[in-house]
This record gives sequence, structure tokens and C-alpha cells, in this order.
Amino acid sequence: MMRIEIVKRPQHSVLFSALSPFIALFLTLIAGAILFSVLGKNPISALYSYFIEPLTEVWSIHELLVKAAPLILIAVGLSVCFLSNNWNIGAEGQFIAGGIAGSILPVVFPDFQGWYVLPIMLLLGMAGGMAYATIPAFLKVRFNTNEILTSLMLVYVAQLFLDWLVRGPWRNPQGYNFPETVQFSDSAILPAIWPDSGRAHWGFALAIIAAVVVWFMLSRTLNGFEIKVLGRSSRAGRFAGFSAGRLTFFAFLVSGALAGLAGIAEVSGAVGQLRTSISPGYGFTAIIVAFLGRLNPLGIIAAGLVLALSYLGGEAAQISLGISEKSARIFQGIILFFVLASDSLIYYRIRIVSRLSETALKGA
Amino acid sequence: MTMFEAILLTVATAATPLLIAALGELVVERSGVLNLGVEGMMVMGAVTGFAVAQYTGSAWLGMFAAILAGAAFSLLFGFLTLTLITNQVATGLALTLLGLGASAMIGESFVGLPGVRMDSLYIQGLTDIPYVGKVLFGQDPIFYISILLTIGVAWFLFRTRAGLTLRAVGDNHTSAHALGVPVVRIRYLAVIFGGACAGLAGAQLSLVYVPQWVENMTSGRGWIALALVVFASWRPWRILAGAYLFGAVTIGQLHAQALGIGVPSQFMSSLPYLATIIVLVLISRNKRLTLMNTPTSLGKPFVPDR
Amino acid sequence: MKKLMMALTIAASFAVAGPALAADKLKIGFIYIGPPGDFGWTYQHDQGRKQLEKELGDKVETTFLENVPEGADAERSIERLARAGNKLIFTTSFGYMDATVKVAQKFPDVKFEHATGYKTAENVSVYNSRFYEGRYVQGVIAAKMSKAGVAGYIGSFPIPEVVEGINSFMLGAQSVNPNFKVKVIWANAWFDPAKEADAAKALIDQGVDIITQHTDSTAAMQVAAERKIKAFGQASDMIKFGPETQLTSIVDNWGPYYIERAKAVLDGTWKSHNVFEGMKEGLVVMAPYMNMPDDVKKLAEETQAKITSGELKPFTGPIKKQDGSEWLKAGETADDKTILSMNFYVAGVDDKLPK
Repeated sequence: MMRIEIVKRPQHSVLFSALSPFIALFLTLIAGAILFSVLGKNPISALYSYFIEPLTEVWSIHELLVKAAPLILIAVGLSVCFLSNNWNIGAEGQFIAGGIAGSILPVVFPDFQGWYVLPIMLLLGMAGGMAYATIPAFLKVRFNTNEILTSLMLVYVAQLFLDWLVRGPWRNPQGYNFPETVQFSDSAILPAIWPDSGRAHWGFALAIIAAVVVWFMLSRTLNGFEIKVLGRSSRAGRFAGFSAGRLTFFAFLVSGALAGLAGIAEVSGAVGQLRTSISPGYGFTAIIVAFLGRLNPLGIIAAGLVLALSYLGGEAAQISLGISEKSARIFQGIILFFVLASDSLIYYRIRIVSRLSETALKGA
Repeated sequence: MTMFEAILLTVATAATPLLIAALGELVVERSGVLNLGVEGMMVMGAVTGFAVAQYTGSAWLGMFAAILAGAAFSLLFGFLTLTLITNQVATGLALTLLGLGASAMIGESFVGLPGVRMDSLYIQGLTDIPYVGKVLFGQDPIFYISILLTIGVAWFLFRTRAGLTLRAVGDNHTSAHALGVPVVRIRYLAVIFGGACAGLAGAQLSLVYVPQWVENMTSGRGWIALALVVFASWRPWRILAGAYLFGAVTIGQLHAQALGIGVPSQFMSSLPYLATIIVLVLISRNKRLTLMNTPTSLGKPFVPDR
Repeated sequence: MKKLMMALTIAASFAVAGPALAADKLKIGFIYIGPPGDFGWTYQHDQGRKQLEKELGDKVETTFLENVPEGADAERSIERLARAGNKLIFTTSFGYMDATVKVAQKFPDVKFEHATGYKTAENVSVYNSRFYEGRYVQGVIAAKMSKAGVAGYIGSFPIPEVVEGINSFMLGAQSVNPNFKVKVIWANAWFDPAKEADAAKALIDQGVDIITQHTDSTAAMQVAAERKIKAFGQASDMIKFGPETQLTSIVDNWGPYYIERAKAVLDGTWKSHNVFEGMKEGLVVMAPYMNMPDDVKKLAEETQAKITSGELKPFTGPIKKQDGSEWLKAGETADDKTILSMNFYVAGVDDKLPK
């Protein structure tokens, strides 16, 4: 008889907090190899086309940055939420709200042009995401309503609202009544960073800036300290005189703003117009990114690139090996499980004890 | 069949999966565990039920396989949160994301195939009674299971010793542990029961609702089931009422469209979600009601100290 | 060893991006919006791809990418196919339009074919199908078969292609029964079996006795079979989902077009064009007329023959719009641009078109 026993460590393990994402990635690769073998594919070549092939060409690396930008932006915001025990899982909705608000200028006032258009769009995008994130925050603080459920329900509402908008009032009048808005004018397009070699746009730079700023806030300011204290124990936080309600608003506003920024950056940089659906689930994948990055904004940059790679790898594997692109989603799910499991190594010591030795011990 | 009767039947079909999944989650939460993976377990149940029914030709075998699949999948959550003491919210989300991905891959070859339908009950004489016959005696087996399950859960939680123990674990795991109650074992059993219910709810979707498989077939029903538990302030009969109310909203908006009322269909489609938010607010603002019924240890980790 | 092989193949693919390899085999790529097994839109495109492979044998090699979302991802997927050496690429959903045009600018020597859009370029063709011709025939059958005089119509999204279909169905029905009515429910999805089933049930509960759909799953057909009324299939022949239910189905038959275009590339005669083809060219095929009396079947066949020969054009005046204003004068026919951007109902449709 074997039994797993958990013992709380007196102090959290520094070693494992650095190692846990790598343990998780390693275990995911092994699980992936097993999965591919079961599917009758050579696991080495499958893993190669998944995780290496997309990195062998310059244009593909650009695509990686395009994919990673929204994931990093959203996840950085979510880290503030999760650290402070605010479970915002509606980033997808805030992403859409940001995309809509940021598109007001190029869609409704297409003649309004100039260098100032883009900054205004980005600010409106952030404002849109913030406004949408305020709803669950307000309901939580004022009525004690569970933010997990409200923020998620608002995702569906945002998707349907975007759908209505693009099929109805914002439809391109010259577009044969098809559901898409006008193409944004050049001054409303977030430009490519190195236009000669691919289409990676400045959204990625914004993501890096956001990550560094939030990292600084979390690790070097009182605000960051407050977030961590309240997140760990609301009682301790209250003793220190921190207000949980104010912090909830703060966390939701930051994550809403960043998700909104990601939304408008995607619409303006990668698509160039508003469509009925603008995200393949970035808001949900970003939850995985946040945890894989151990809720540390700098770690999230790396984690965002890893998850972006899994999207591209899924496509590469579909072409070169005929593996379904859905395998990418299994990978993403498995990664999160392994991350959570390895994270418990930080706080707990895990012992596998056999019953036999236990009784022997007791006898002695 | 009158129009009223027909609508009632349609509403019952829409409400049943919500009812079953929410009852399962109710037991889990009463034991003090918050499993946000209902959507993932449900969709795994749906794909397994469809696949097994497809291979064996038997909808019943499909249903049992779905129950097993839901339970097995929930064990993954149980192992992480109860044995490895991971964060319950994050682990539940992981279960949902993995379930949606894995089911899409498993079900890939089943997309578009005609499935096996579970036959509705027919009792000579009784089913033919005008007005009530079809509603009372002519529905699918899972509908009757859902009603029995409501009675069973209500009886178990509030009328049996085991139910009392389970609620005690959910209300204060430390003192329950001090009294010698096996907290972790009881929570494992509750989590497995919740998984089995979610699996059954998924089977209802792919064997009764529409005998087909399609990716994301649950389309948010698992989340609505979670909301129903809060809505019902952790009481089984209120879950029944909530599920039927919800079914009625879902079906009602389609009828409104067919009558040609001219409100954009996107607004009609968002009604169920908006209704959920409003109901949640109404329930949670009543502090006395929620405080009295919320299991106090809900979502809190339990590390046994020996 | 394996690794070495891989390195070699990669090196090789860099080296011979040129014509050496392309000359013997034409590589053709397809971008799909859904899974090939949906028994609807994508299924039919994939059938077309298979016909193409069968017809041209080893002269061609086809690849496809499925479930490609419209928008930012489409551009990458199309570019990937172009970089993989495909010289002819079919992008089979409206939403790929701008992505197709963008990638086409980067790869001038690759030919692109975009389904159901309107933007062409030197190396971008557009092809579309007159599905509405089949809808007219369905309308004629529905008016003959329905006792209630009301049909239920499950729409996906109010885009011109779907609105065309509703109007054409209505005009066909009115040619038999001027008082015929159509009730419409929008499912807001192309493929959501549960929602389509609910919509079918709601329509039946409100008294319609014929169901027609412009969504891709077979759920509505299954509900109709269960409730013992008649229904029309969509995009593919759905007879096995309702052997005693399906009256007929509009089958999107892309194969002949794909074969024609691939041959054009092979013999160097490919030119960019914008075509809108229907029954006459064989793009719209009707599944066998079943579960109806002989006189109805005969009328349906006659109607189909007239449309095929060009004698009957569904959108021919006099036609009034829903608000009572005149759209087409007697004998006047609608031009293609109006058809392709249709956003109004004809008189008699019992629904408000979402604007």
C-alpha cells in the first residue's frame, strides 16, 4: 500500500518556485510525446514540428510575436487580479470591449485622420476594457456577487454585442452588406515593427512595456505590497489598514485596461478592421499564460511566447504530419495542470509513504 | 399535442442538463469544495456518451460510459485539489480548458454523424392521456432520473446522517477533522459524485437533446449550472425551480423571434446570460440568505495536521 | 538519422522553392472554416477537393487546413500554404477575403480563388454560387406540401446569401400560393446543433409544418423527423438523417469548378475572374425529390428545368418589397450586384430583417 502525504514546508521553497514552470513544461513534453505515440506518430518529429519548426523561419517568428502580444498583455493584467484574489475570468469580454471602443474613431469617423488618431484609439480601447471590467468589480464590492460567474457571463454578452454591431450599425456600407466594418485608414493601423520581414506590430512592444511597468509596480511599490498582502490573507490586510474593495476595483481596472489595449492592438495591428469575432479565445488562454508565468509579469513574457508557439505548432503539425490542430488545445490544458501541480511543491513537501514502513516506524 | 404541452416538453429538455449538473455541483460545494470544471466534465460526458453509443448502438451504455467519464475526469481535479492542495479555482478552470480541448480532439471523427437517440418512454394508455400524458409519462429516461436525483439529493443532505456529516465538513473542516471525520475522503466522494452528474448531464445533450456531437456542445451550460447553485442558495428544490426558469428563458426567446417581434436576435440570445447576472445580484445582495446557506469552508484548502 | 533527414528536407525545401519541383506536380491548398465532417458547407468543399484529386490523379497534390478562424489567423494560415509551395489556393469562406488579397500581393506567382467574396486582383479570382435558384424550387414544393400554409425558416446570419435564399423561397412559394407565409428564426450560428434543434422545435410548436434551414448541421432535420413533418436539407444531401422527412436538399457541388480551375493552372490558361454560377453550370444540384406525391415532384422538376435553361429567373418582377414599395417592375430582372448585396425582404415574409 502506498500513500501520498503532504507536509507543509515551514518556508516556501525558493528552489521549487524557480523550477516549477520548467518541471511543468518538461512533464508536458513527455505527456505530448505519449499522446503522439498513441496517435501513431513519431513523437520526436511531432514535437519537432510543434516546438521547433515554427522558429526556423523569420516570417514565422513574426507570427509568433503577433500571437504572443495579446496573450502577454491580458495575462499581465490577470496576474494583478489573481495575486489579489480577484478571479476575473472574463478577460475575453474586456478584450472585445476594448476592440469595440478603440474602433469608434476609424469606423464612425473615418475622415478624422492624423498622427493623434492611433494614441486616441489605444486610450479608448483601454477605457473600453476598463469600463467593462468595472461591472463585475462593482457587483462584487457592492453586492458581494461572485465575480467568476458575472465576468464570464459578460463574455457571452460582449460577443453577441460585437456581432450585432458589425452586422448592423457599423457594417461597411460599400461592403455588399457583408458583416465587417470598413478597412481602417493608414493612420488608424498599428504599424509593423520591421515591415520588411513580417507583420509583427507594435502591440508586442506595448506588451513588453506593460509587463515591465506592472512588474515594477508589484515588486517595488506600496501598491504592489498591498495587493500581495490582501491576496494572501484578507484579515492581515485589514489589520494593515488596506481596503479590499478599493483593491478589487484597482485590480479589475488594471486587467480590464490591459485586456482592452490587447483588443484594440489586435484589431488595429493584426486585422485592420472590426469583424464579428476578433479573438480565438485569447482571454482564456491568457489564464494559462498567467499561471505558467507564476503570476510574475516578467515570467509571463516567456510564458506568452510558449503558448503562442503552441498555436503555431498546432498548425505546422497539421500540415506536416496530419495531426489535428486540436492537439494544441490539449497541450494548453495539460500545461496548466502540471503548473498547478508543480506549484504545490513550493509550499508543500510531498512524500510517498508505504503503509508498511509507517507501521514499522510506529512499532519502533 | 397542444402548443402549451409542446412548449413544456421543450423547456423540460432544455432544463434537464442544467438541473443534473447543478445538483452534482451542489453536493460538491456543500462538502466545501468549489469545482469550476463543470463545463469540462460535462463536455467529456457528452463526447464519451456519443462515442460509446455509436460503437455499441446502445444509448444506455453510452449514458453509463458518460457517467464514468465524468467521474474519472473529476478525480483529476480531486487529486490536485485534495491531495496536492492546489488552488481550487485555478484547477477547476484547468479542468474546463482541458475538457474542451480533449473532447474536441476525441470527437473529431464523430462530427456530423447521426447519433443514437435515447427513446422516450411510452406506456400504453397513460402516455395518451390528453394534456398531461406526454409530459408525465412520455419523456426520455434522463428526465425521470433528474427528478429522482432532486428528491434523492434533498433527502440525503437534510434527512440522513451521512448528509449531515457532509454538510459539517463543508461548514467547518477543522472541527469536523477534530471529531474524527475523514474530511478528505468525504470530499473525494462528493467530487466524484459531482463529476458523475456532470457526465450524465453531458450525455443528455448528446443522446437526447440533439443526438449529435459537435465541439463545445455544452456552450456555457456548465457555467450556468454553477450559477444555479448560487441562485438556489445551495438548496436542491430551488435548483429545480431555477433550471426550469432558465430553460423557459432560453426557449422563450426563440418563440419571441418566431412571432416576429423584430428585436435583434443577438439581444434575445444574450438574455439567458443577462438574466443570470441579474439573478446572482439579487440573491447575493441578500446577505442573510447567502451567509446562512453558503458552506463556510467553500473553496478553502484543507491540510490535515496529524 | 531521423533528425538528419529532417534537416535535409528542410534544406531541400529552401533550395527548390523554384519551378523544378512545381513543374511535375501542381500543389493545391484549401482553407476551411469548419471541419470537413460537418455535413454542410466545409464537407461539400472537401468533397470538391476529393473529386479534384480523383480526376487529376498524380498531376496534383492537395493539402487543407481546417477550422481556420476568420481574421488575424487566416492571413497566417494562407501564407503558410503559399510558402509550402502551393500554387493554387482556394479560400472557402467569405471572411477570408481581405486576408486572401493581402497574401496574394506577397505571392504574385500563386493563384488564389476566394469563395463568395467580391474583391479580385491579378492573381485573385472570386467564385460564388446561385444557391437561391434551389431555394425557389424548395418554395414551390413547400407551398404544395404545406397544409398550414406556413413554413419555418432557420437562418444563420442575416447576410445577403441567406436573405437571397429567404426571398427566393418566398417567391417560389407565392407562385403556387400567394398567401403563403414564412416564419424566420436566426440561430446566430452556422453550426450549433442544440440551438438549431431548439429553433426547429419552437417553429413547429408555433404551427409550421415544413422546415427549411440555412444553417449547416443536421439537427433541424432530425427534429422534423421526430415530429413527423417534412423538411429540406442544406448544403449536402441529408437524406440519411431523415429518410421519410427530407423533400430535397440544395447540394453545393464545387467539384467541377475546382477541376476546371486546376486544369487552367496546369495548361497555363488561368485568368482572374469573378463568376456567379448556378444550376446551369452544375454548381447547384438538387438532391432527389422524395417523400412527395408525383404531381409535386413533376412540378419541382419542371421548375428546376426552367431555371436551368434560363427561362425562369427567380428574381423577376413584378416583386414588391416587404414594406409594400415596388422593387422590380413586371418583366424586370434583378442584376447580380443587387442580388449579392440583398438586405431587404420581399412582401409576405413574416419577420423583421435585423439591420
